[in-house]
Amino acid sequence: MLVKQISVFLENKSGRLAEVTKVLADNNINISALSIADTTDFGILRIIVNNPDKAEKVLKDNDFAVSSTEVIAIAVPDQPGGLEKALRVLNEESIGIEYMYAFVGKTEDEALVILRVEALEEAADKLVKNGVKVLSADNVYKL
Amino acid sequence: MQYWNPTYECMHREEMTRVQTARLIDTVKRVYHNVPYYREKMQKAGIEPGDINSLEDLKKLPFTYKQDLRDTYPYGLFAAPLSEIVRIHASSGTTGKQTVVGYTRKDIDTWAEVAARTLVSAGADRNSFIQVAYGYGLFTGGLGIHYGAERLGASVIPISGGNTKRQIQIMKDFGTTVLACTPSYALYMAEEMEEMGIKKEDLKLKAGVFGAEPWSENMRKEIEERFGILAIDIYGLSEVIGPGVATECPCKCGLHIQEDHFIPEIIDPVTEEVLPEGSKGELVFTTVTKEGLPLLRYRTRDISSLTYEKCECGRTSVRMSKVSGRSDDMLIIRGVNVFPSQVESVLLEFGETAPHYLMIVDRIDNLDVLEIWVEVNQAMFSDQVKRIEDVENKIRKAIEVTLGINAKVKLVEPKTIERNEGKAKRVIDKRKI
Repeated sequence: MLVKQISVFLENKSGRLAEVTKVLADNNINISALSIADTTDFGILRIIVNNPDKAEKVLKDNDFAVSSTEVIAIAVPDQPGGLEKALRVLNEESIGIEYMYAFVGKTEDEALVILRVEALEEAADKLVKNGVKVLSADNVYKL
Repeated sequence: MQYWNPTYECMHREEMTRVQTARLIDTVKRVYHNVPYYREKMQKAGIEPGDINSLEDLKKLPFTYKQDLRDTYPYGLFAAPLSEIVRIHASSGTTGKQTVVGYTRKDIDTWAEVAARTLVSAGADRNSFIQVAYGYGLFTGGLGIHYGAERLGASVIPISGGNTKRQIQIMKDFGTTVLACTPSYALYMAEEMEEMGIKKEDLKLKAGVFGAEPWSENMRKEIEERFGILAIDIYGLSEVIGPGVATECPCKCGLHIQEDHFIPEIIDPVTEEVLPEGSKGELVFTTVTKEGLPLLRYRTRDISSLTYEKCECGRTSVRMSKVSGRSDDMLIIRGVNVFPSQVESVLLEFGETAPHYLMIVDRIDNLDVLEIWVEVNQAMFSDQVKRIEDVENKIRKAIEVTLGINAKVKLVEPKTIERNEGKAKRVIDKRKI
């Protein structure tokens, strides 16, 4: 149920993000979701791609600092209260969210969201048990 | 009072040579007989004390390097029994191992003497109030000037470093006439003073003895204008004795070396040949009166030159030019000796491979600032901001503990710090001195 996310260290200077996307494009890797966390001096690019292992390798080969982490991808109804239901489940189970972000693409009537929590397996379990749609890795990579 | 000890400070050259020669011969004998490490060094060089009969023979003696002090850490080069040692001082070293110096009662007496000569050459006398804002402790700066001031019979204000507002308030209220601190700190004080609304006319300050770090004529001009004082450059290093080795006089045309105690030479740092008068090279000292830690031809790594011309002030002692650089990679930041290898040793604890880093030193608002760029490696990186910031903080704290000064740590992308064939560029010094 868990999905691999690739994170890349970026200095806060122009052209760095473009360099990452160029490496991915050159290697025919498609990005389906991304977010950037930024501080004064640096940023962390987090991406979901169709081939995370290859992405990790080619980025490392190009001298980026890269890490691979597991995250949860959920699909929520694209309507008011859709996300609220999933978050309520986690709140009730006292599972804290480190960060989250939405997908670039989405299906017809669902919004896709990436969740990074500490207790991954437990969180995924509770979400499923409470009727939240958790996407499998294969499905996500195909998006 | 123009000189503290005119007998030596204004001595004729032939007489000085006679004094130095006698003291040198005595020192070489003492070192040979009391310090096994030196005896071995001299034997390896095929020299016996009997071979040293004149100042010309000085160049036959082996050099002493900072490394020798480390190799014999802590007391291996002491030439007096430990029971005779009354004081230990230490300065920072590259690998955390400090350079230890020991003083006998007579050495402390010598130190007070040369520090007193320094203060008098800045115009101080027994009526002066001398504010010692150099750090007290293992560092020789504070106590060295302190002894000189006491020897002079002046009133010492032993405030030590830091707490700038209080420094200024005391300077004003206590009627300080002579300030002793690093030149960059003096300028920092001047700015703080302005903020506090205290004018130079509110002070009784007449002179300042500034040293322990390189500084420029522009800085001197600024200090002199902002405080309305005479600012003179002083030179010293703990291995030789501490502050008091050499000092400028009001002519500000080179620093008079107290050569009846410390014989200087200028050498080519690469060929190790002694260079003629006036040439620029590495300053080397042989101490000829010290008992605790006498040093033969100690390599200071400071770049300077010598002149034996008589000074306008009347002193005949040899003068060294203001130190213009270092012959190794040591940096002096806020008066503290910093080696790139210290940073390296800290970073080694944060990654699995050799760390790549760059130290950028700058002077902002007259204070030295150090920024260290560190290339992120896999071990430091995480998808979470707080984890990375945590690593940054840990590095910053470890560096502060190891270096003794704080630094800004900035993480940069891998392979972005310039690499040269052979020696990596580790330092960019942007300070305009």
